[in-house]
Amino acid sequence: MSAILIVEQVLNGLQFGVMLFLMAAGLTLIFGVMGLINLAHGSLYMVGAFVAATVAGLTGSFLLALIAAMAAAAMAGAVIEMSVIRRLYHTDHLDQVLATFALILIFSEGTRAIFGSFPLYLDTPALLSGPVTLPLGIEYPRYRLALIAAGLAVALGLWLLIAKTRIGIQIRAGENDREMIAALGVDIRTLYTFVFALGAALAGLAGALVGAIQSVQVGMGEPVLILAFVVIVIGGIGSIKGAFVGALIVGLTDTLGGIFLPELFKLFMEPASATQIGASLSSMAIYLLMAAVLIWRPTGLYGVRA
Amino acid sequence: MSREGYVNAALVAALIGVPLWAHLAGEPFTITLATRAVIFALAAVGLNLALGLGGMVSFGHAVFFGLGGYAMGILAHHAQNFLPLYDGLFLIEGTKSMPVIWLVAITVSALAALLIGLLSLRTSGVYFIMITLAFGQMFYYFTISWSAYGGEDGLSIWVRNGFPGLNTLDPIQFYALCFTLLCAALWLTHRIARSPFGLMLNATRQVPHRVETVGLDGQRAKLVVFVISGAITGLAGALFADLNRFVSPTMFSWHMSGEIMIFVILGGVARLFGPVAGAVLFVAMEHVLGDLSDYWHIYLGALLLGIVLFARGGVVGLLAGRAKSHD
Repeated sequence: MSAILIVEQVLNGLQFGVMLFLMAAGLTLIFGVMGLINLAHGSLYMVGAFVAATVAGLTGSFLLALIAAMAAAAMAGAVIEMSVIRRLYHTDHLDQVLATFALILIFSEGTRAIFGSFPLYLDTPALLSGPVTLPLGIEYPRYRLALIAAGLAVALGLWLLIAKTRIGIQIRAGENDREMIAALGVDIRTLYTFVFALGAALAGLAGALVGAIQSVQVGMGEPVLILAFVVIVIGGIGSIKGAFVGALIVGLTDTLGGIFLPELFKLFMEPASATQIGASLSSMAIYLLMAAVLIWRPTGLYGVRA
Repeated sequence: MSREGYVNAALVAALIGVPLWAHLAGEPFTITLATRAVIFALAAVGLNLALGLGGMVSFGHAVFFGLGGYAMGILAHHAQNFLPLYDGLFLIEGTKSMPVIWLVAITVSALAALLIGLLSLRTSGVYFIMITLAFGQMFYYFTISWSAYGGEDGLSIWVRNGFPGLNTLDPIQFYALCFTLLCAALWLTHRIARSPFGLMLNATRQVPHRVETVGLDGQRAKLVVFVISGAITGLAGALFADLNRFVSPTMFSWHMSGEIMIFVILGGVARLFGPVAGAVLFVAMEHVLGDLSDYWHIYLGALLLGIVLFARGGVVGLLAGRAKSHD
């Protein structure tokens, strides 16, 4: 196994990790501020991807497609927040799980009814296509490298927003004591809608960005949604820092596990069964990791102790 | 009899009457639909023990449903191909006999529930929901890559398994078998809910620290009921596999967990017959709306939203009024 392969796989893991972070950041913000489990977050990811593919097909501009995807996902998020989600803040988790599961059904079938069952394709922009040569002579797709950069830039922007701006102060205050900030004259309803739309826009962006390297189809949000949940549970629900660390851990585990576990088993087993066992173990690896983290720390790495 | 009693009696009458009518009128498809509803109801009765009585929001009950299914699939697969399951110090062969399959399904899913419960009950709230979901995904991906038993394609069984003294190939006889098991599970649930153990669970769900203060071990009670719950759902999985003569990893998928949960909520959480009403309604809608439109999940979603937002207590709650509990 060469060093080049290892570097490539680490980069792939990072790329997957930062995209997961875009999903997980919204989920964890929404849970931290509003105390809501949003299963429909994956549908907003799907909305972003479909809108991006459609707009890119019509205008040919990837940048326009990204902006449209974020705007559409934010709008869809604001609409469901105001019509449905708002009524769920004071209910228990069971009701939230079910209501947002119902939203998934509506979004998925609605999308299938509009776009049909065939996948759409979104091309990578010409500017970012083709490989780039890294030090040590490693060739790596330019677009994937751009994804890592974009993800890190969004993470930085989100940190600045939360740590340095007035609205960030309100969001952090809302996590700690919602009655108090309402009493201080902050319009909590608008703040909630804003946070939900922000999370939705991030999910839409992730969908659009990933849509260029995968096919855009109904149900594409669900595997990502479950992984994003694993991320925020590992990181500690409500913690953006936890989401970032968790996303990188999950991204790297998932990518590297698929490559290295079969190799590892080959050291002491016959190749055929090593490949088999390694493959099944690697697809289970992140769930094993999550279970282990929860057993070791029942509220995640950076979670507040209950 | 209370209003809820009438609703329950009407349900039982329908579950006996409709398949009997279908049998006499020669409509085996209706019997198959009813069998599907009864099996889903059994799975949901299992979940209702954990969810309604124990207050554990398990998003991973598909694990037990799938384990039951694979218990049947693997045993029958070995029997129909005349391959021994284990041929070492002693010989274990597959089987086509339902009672043996059921016993294996119940044992395997109870053991899995014990293990998952031991680990998951260290957490609570959202973390419990998520860790049970993670266990579900683990089994899902494991079966997908388990190529010895079909991997992603699953396993097909050529002929439905047999039950001593019955012809299980006859739809009405298989239905009667499933219905009897459902009744037994309902009776068991009723007995558990009324027992001192059930009262303690009820109290643990509402105010855990008080139960602890009087010196009772609420956590252990939750674990015990989680195991019983998993075992019942596992039995339902074995029946479901026998109904379709097919098992695949989708039995483990999180959609399955979500659907079992929908049966319970649609009908009414913590109501004895809630899961039955929910499963019957679900299968009826699947059939009627599925004929009307390819996109019937939209209507299911809308109905589910309506129930969550406006009709707490599900269908049984709507028909029978508020429960008499001290919530």
